[in-house]
Amino acid sequence: MTTAILSDSSTMLRRSLRRMRRYPSLTFFVAALPVILLLLFVYVFGGTLGAGLGVSGSSTGATSGAQGRDLYLAYVIPGVLLMTVVGTGQGTAISVAMDMTAGIIARFRTMSISRAAVLAGHVLGSLVQAVAAMAIVVVVALVIGFRPTTGPVEWLGAIGLLALVAVAISWLSVAMGMSTGSVETASNVPMILTLFLFLSSAFVPAASMPGVLGWFAEHQPFTPIAETLRGLLFGTDIGSSGPVAVAWCLAITAAGFVWARRLYERDPRPRPVA
Amino acid sequence: MNAIEVRGLRKTYGDQVVLDGIDLEVATGSVVALLGPNGAGKTTMVHVLTTLISFDAGEVRVAGHDVRREPDAVRRAIGLTGQISAVDGQFTGEENLRLMADLHHLGRAAGRARVTELIERFDLVDVAGKPAMTYSGGLRRRLDLAMTLVGRPRIIFLDEPTTGLDPRSRRVMWDIVRELVADGVTVFLTTQYLEEADHLASRIALLDAGRLVADGTPTELKRRVPGGRIRLEFDDAAALDRAAQVLGARSLDESALALELPSDGGVDALRSLLDRLDAASIDVDGLSVRPADLDDVFLSLTGRQDGVEVPTR
Repeated sequence: MTTAILSDSSTMLRRSLRRMRRYPSLTFFVAALPVILLLLFVYVFGGTLGAGLGVSGSSTGATSGAQGRDLYLAYVIPGVLLMTVVGTGQGTAISVAMDMTAGIIARFRTMSISRAAVLAGHVLGSLVQAVAAMAIVVVVALVIGFRPTTGPVEWLGAIGLLALVAVAISWLSVAMGMSTGSVETASNVPMILTLFLFLSSAFVPAASMPGVLGWFAEHQPFTPIAETLRGLLFGTDIGSSGPVAVAWCLAITAAGFVWARRLYERDPRPRPVA
Repeated sequence: MNAIEVRGLRKTYGDQVVLDGIDLEVATGSVVALLGPNGAGKTTMVHVLTTLISFDAGEVRVAGHDVRREPDAVRRAIGLTGQISAVDGQFTGEENLRLMADLHHLGRAAGRARVTELIERFDLVDVAGKPAMTYSGGLRRRLDLAMTLVGRPRIIFLDEPTTGLDPRSRRVMWDIVRELVADGVTVFLTTQYLEEADHLASRIALLDAGRLVADGTPTELKRRVPGGRIRLEFDDAAALDRAAQVLGARSLDESALALELPSDGGVDALRSLLDRLDAASIDVDGLSVRPADLDDVFLSLTGRQDGVEVPTR
């Protein structure tokens, strides 16, 4: 039984990967968007945003544009990497919705294959895509001056946390893709995640936001995740963010898994047949 | 053992009753056609039998297993080719078939052999390397069925296998179904074409508005409407109207100036019919008698013909 789950999952993963290879444009955009955002945030907004971070490196108190850019590049890296994961999730939701609205899913459902395998194939495929896209983003970031100041152990920690986040977002995206009845809706639902990301400390410190927004930013999952990544890459104070970030990831994974499984077991909606 | 056993099956969507107490048994190795108009509940029935959807009441056993308690055992025995194409258009025909071979755990060598065999058998050699989204309707349907057969299912469900196909593709499909039956596979198919049911099935179950209104061999069903129908043609509309009045017929074809009556096939009945027209001095332009076909069975059992009620004798 267990071997069946593994072999079915790997069959479904191969299907996801083959689709990515055959239709690389989706993967391309998944990586291209965060790279563009990275460049935009660093070169267009970076000078001003960096100066506003309040961690000025110069003794005069004033920060030049170039210094601001460097400061902001370091600050925004976790945010851009998380944006990459969220973007991958969007692609995952779309391909899940494509599967669900096509007849192929009825075939899978009437075959004796592990129920989880069909979904796991999407999650694993999404994970591979997220890792590949993040690697591209990191390379671009290194080229424009990103220099993590910590050691390999911390870097491994950062990679591990990002993988955990990718798994969580993938399961959530699979469930979101299944919950929508159409590919069009599925492509929009993960936008909510993007909004969450902007309302966290990923792009600007939560403390700089007014009242309710600030409180929201402090207590939502992306803030501890971003703070932990920042600490792992630059040695800033992580505080209690680490365990909180991991807990959020596990909770989101569990919720996404249960939600997706439920939707998969549910009767498909009666659909008008042409 | 029966391949399919259904007792008291009920399925509702909200307050709409889709299947209303279905009882049905399908013998192993036979071909049963579930015949009915659009919206009769045919697809819902197939979806219940193939473990796709739940149901409200009744007992359903497929391949000897309860579909509720042992859905996986049922799934191991069945194959479904549904109305919505279940091929992955982004992949080639061969890749689609290979996916099925992998999911059936056939192993590399056996999987390849089975895929090659099906590609040849279904005449897909020329297109096997092209993405399925470029296939014509007939090709797609053939690939769809080939995918269903990869795991050698013992019971196959075909939901309107020829709807939307051109006559040639339909013939090809029919040949394939007959080959399957020759191999000993049980086939459960739905269709809205009486001709198709007559052609393929050893047994026909007539489904109308969620109820089985008849069940038997094509011959048995035809016997239920003995004699067939008498068709009378007239010179003008006035004669047609008067004849309709005299005979109490409501099945009029005004554009052809003709009316149809059910008949028991006896000569006496035909003579008395003509006598009544004679007595009313109505001229008959043409007369034909045709034996009962499944259309008549369907009409007389469901009492409908495109919304027009069929005369009761």
